[in-house]
Parts: sequence; structure tokens; C-alpha cells
Amino acid sequence: MIETAGLSKQYPRVTALDRLDVRVGEGITGLVGANGAGKSTLIKILLGLVPATSGTATVLGHDIATEGARIRALVGYMPEHDCLPADVSASDLVVHMGQMSGLPYAAARERAADVLRHVGLAEERYRPMGGYSTGMKQRAKLAQALVHDPRLVLLDEPTNGLDPSSREDMLALVRRIGTEFGIAVLVTSHLLGELERVSDNVVVLDGGRLLRSSATVDFLHRTGSLLVEVQGGPDADRLLGQALVDAGLGARPADGRLIEVEIRDEATPDVIRDLTVELGLGLVRMQERHHRIEDVFREGGAGSVPPV
Amino acid sequence: MSHPSDAAGPTGSAAVIHDLGYRPYTGPRLGESAIARSLYVTGLRHTYGLGRSARSKVLPMLLLGLMLLPALILVGVLVQARTILDLDEQLVAYSTYPITTQLLISVFVAAQAPALISRDLRFGTISLYLARPLLRRSYVLVRLASLTVATFVLVGAPLLLLYVGGVLADLPLGRETGRFLAALLGALLLAACLSGLAAVISALTVRRGLAVAAVIIVLVISYTVVSTIQGISDDVGSESVGEVAGIFSPYTLVNGVQVFLFDSPAATATPPSTDAMGVLYLVATVLSIVGSAIAMLVRYRRVTG
Repeated sequence: MIETAGLSKQYPRVTALDRLDVRVGEGITGLVGANGAGKSTLIKILLGLVPATSGTATVLGHDIATEGARIRALVGYMPEHDCLPADVSASDLVVHMGQMSGLPYAAARERAADVLRHVGLAEERYRPMGGYSTGMKQRAKLAQALVHDPRLVLLDEPTNGLDPSSREDMLALVRRIGTEFGIAVLVTSHLLGELERVSDNVVVLDGGRLLRSSATVDFLHRTGSLLVEVQGGPDADRLLGQALVDAGLGARPADGRLIEVEIRDEATPDVIRDLTVELGLGLVRMQERHHRIEDVFREGGAGSVPPV
Repeated sequence: MSHPSDAAGPTGSAAVIHDLGYRPYTGPRLGESAIARSLYVTGLRHTYGLGRSARSKVLPMLLLGLMLLPALILVGVLVQARTILDLDEQLVAYSTYPITTQLLISVFVAAQAPALISRDLRFGTISLYLARPLLRRSYVLVRLASLTVATFVLVGAPLLLLYVGGVLADLPLGRETGRFLAALLGALLLAACLSGLAAVISALTVRRGLAVAAVIIVLVISYTVVSTIQGISDDVGSESVGEVAGIFSPYTLVNGVQVFLFDSPAATATPPSTDAMGVLYLVATVLSIVGSAIAMLVRYRRVTG
């Protein structure tokens, strides 16, 4: 779907993208990075809105440098920032944008009604968008990106500014676009947790460089450690931690009052249980720890990338 | 609009909402010229508030009405009193009508150029356009075309009314047609000059109110200053000063071009009196139109959406 080679974007003062080599395939790809990591810049370059300083890229087999119009006919784009005129209804805008993508008027009307229904804008689609809630605006923005039945959609922070329940709805919608609708999705977010649930693959950007690109499942592999929670006094976790270290196990404090214990062999859970009993503490839970995408950053960010 | 649940089901009886699932689009996808035409038509309609809220129809429609009203009265007088007053030509010449109504035209351009230009910048809608097949320069030129034609309709409509009235009042058909067509060309040049100028000003700000005020000030003040200078220079006998001054307002400029090209009645105290000055007026008009188009293209080169 998307392939970049040595793609760089140099602004007078910042390097937004630094020799980026990325491949994005079918399905849903999450593009993750902190604010300013180069996500939006990458999307704008792929659309041909901003020229790259160096390097090449193809989208759906078309060169971004020479075939921008071809690409833009086949791609849908949902910008991060506001882009909806306040005095126009969602219905009118989506019809107009369908025409702007080359659909004849009648077809644009039919498609607009369809996609507005799919994104969940009901009667309010005939009202001016100035009065919309953030959730409705995001839906309208998504609808205009889908109206021409693109082969690929680029969604820039679709969950931005949404409350938790609207966020879930939007993520479910993104999932449906990638699976049910059969449209490839590149979706960005600075919230790492939410993309690991909807995307098949994750690309992690940091400071304009590629930190990691792999299937989402690879991010979530087992880490080989246990999370243990005990109760029985204000410093119960510290007591057990010390006992575990004395017993020769690798243990360190984790989130909250949890203890993370490295699994040395099959007997490790038994050792933890016995030590807890010896100390007179109550074992609340013991579970295998799974990676989250956040850990990719925590595990020493740039360390996993060759230094410049 | 029919509500989905109002639609009769396949059996024609039950009102059921069917979830058809996602249907891919397999129909035709039109090329750039069709997209440009669609954008042009939408822009033209929007300048008159068509397809927008009821409130945005008020001003353009009111101005169109006010533009037509004097023409309607003039036609009425011409038709009714032609024999009594022994009239042989229009009460107000086609070429002077736009200058008589210049304030209305300026208000129209000042209100509608920002609606068409600043609006896309202010709401960020421009990024939705730029992410679509239409090229950036096509977008800019199409927007200019919509505004120009909308202004041309405003300036040309009363002229058409005068012409039809003139024909009905049995004014010489050939002579009237010639004058009318010359005036239409003048209307087109005026519309292009005003639209270009107003578009450039509107593209410099995302604040609609600011753009409206700036366009009004530039158009009205330039006309007032120019016509004052022309009046004074005519009084003191140094017409060439007034003739040069006439270049600096679109209204006096285009009127001068009409005087030079078609020998139309002048609406200013000091129309271009020599061929050299006439050519200068013509060149200034072309430069103004082409220059504002180029300025717009340069301005939008930096817009990244």
C-alpha cells in the first residue's frame, strides 16, 4: 500500500522525518509517536501536500513526486485539525467532497447518505456543522474521507478530543473500515494503548525516525516476568521484594504496588507463593506480564535504533 | 428528505431499516475538468447564498435587487415616456451604470470574496480540497472564476434589463446591441479586476470580518480619492493628472478602457484622451487581472493544509 525509502523532510529548524523506510500493507496500520514525532508530516508527504526534502515513496504503486493527483483520487484523508465549515450541513459537505473526488452528483449523494449512515450521523447530518459536538465532527470528517470509496484512508488522530465512550465508538469504526469495508487504513495516534487494540501492524516513529515496525502481536509478546500483588501492611510489597532478591530472583517494583518478578524456571511461581506465606502476607494475584506498545519507548527509545 | 424507516421494505408493507452493509463504489470517476466544473458551479451558487443558509442569501439577493431597481425604473420611464419626452437613447448609458452603482458592487465583492476565499482558509476546509485530485492551481483559478462570474452577473444583469427595455421601447436595435455588447465586455473586465483584487485581499487573512472591511476600504477609498483628483484636475485644467489617477481605481480604469475601445460615454471627468493613455489603461487592466491571479497562486503555494 505504502512504501517509503530514505524519506526525509527538513524544515528550516527541525528535521521532521529522518531517512524513513516504512512499508505499510493491507489491513489496519497504526502509526504511533509522540506529538511532533513526524506522523502528520508523513501523511502530508504521502498525499503530495508537502514535498519531501529527499527520498522516495509510493502509495498504491504511484510515485508521490509525480502522480500526486492519481494518489489523491484513490486515498481518503481525515485531517487532525478542524476542517469543517460551520455554516454547511454534513450532508452537503460530504456530497460536495464526493464530487471533488470525481463522483457524479447523483452518485455522490447516494454515497454520502451511505457513509454518513455508516459513521453514525443520523438526522443531525442536515444541520449546520457549527453546532456539532466533537464526536459528531470527527464522524463527519471520517465520512468525507470515505465518500469516494478510497482504497486507502489516512486517519490523522481520529480519536483526538473525544470522551472515552466516543473514543471506543471511533476505534470500533476504524476497525470496521479495515475489516468489513475492506479499505486499508493508516491511523495515527499519540495514545499508544488504543492502537494496539485495533491495528494489525504498528509503526512507531520517534523524532522523525523509525523506532520499530512490526505486527501488533509481536509487540504484545510475553515478557518472561510475573506481576505479583500482595497485601498485609503498608510495606508488604517491599518486604516481599527484598525476600525475593535474597532468594536470588530478579524483582523490582512495578506500577502501583505491584512487584515484577523475572521467571527463572517453572518453580518461580512456587517460590513466590512460599515466600509470601513465610512473610505472613496475603497473595492477591500473580499474572504473566505482557508487553504494551509503551514499553517500546520505555525500553530505551533510541537504543534499539542505530545511532546517527 | 425521506427517512430510511419511511421507505417501504421489499414487500412494500413493513417499514424496516435494512443494514445493507458497506457497498463499494463501482461507478464512473470523473476527470479533473469535471471536478473543476463542479467546484466552479458550487462556488458560483454559494456567492448568491444558494445551497447555504437562508441568512447568507439575504445580502447578495438584496444587492442584486438594488442593482436592478434603478434599471427597472429607467426602463419604465423610457418605455412609458419615450414619445412624450422625445427620447432617442437610454436615460443612463450602459457604460456609466456600473460607476453609478459602484458602492453596491463594492459591497457585494467585499462580502462575497471572503465567503469564497477566506472561508476555506479559516475553517481549514482547504486541506480537504488539497487532499483531492484537483491541482492546487486549478482550485485557485476556479475560485477566481466563480467570483468573477458572480460579480459579472451582478454588474451585467441591470445592463441586460436596460437593453431589453431599450429594444421594447423601439430604440435602434443595431446601435443598442453594439453598445450593450461593449458594456458587457466592460462588465466582465470590471468583474475580473474587482474579483482579483478582493480575492488577493481575502486570501491574506483568515478573519472574514477583517477581509470584508479591507476590501470595502480599498475599493471605496480608491474610487473616492481617484474621482476627487479627477474632479480637481478637470477644474484646474490639468487633465493628464486626472487621466493617470484614473488607473488607480478599477471603476475609472475599466470605464476608461470602454471609452478608449468603444468610444462609450465617459463616466469620469477625465477619461483617457489620447491613444497612448488608452493603451496604458488597457495594459493596466490586463496587468491587474493577471497580476492578482499570479498573486493568488503564489499565496496558495505556501498553504499545506
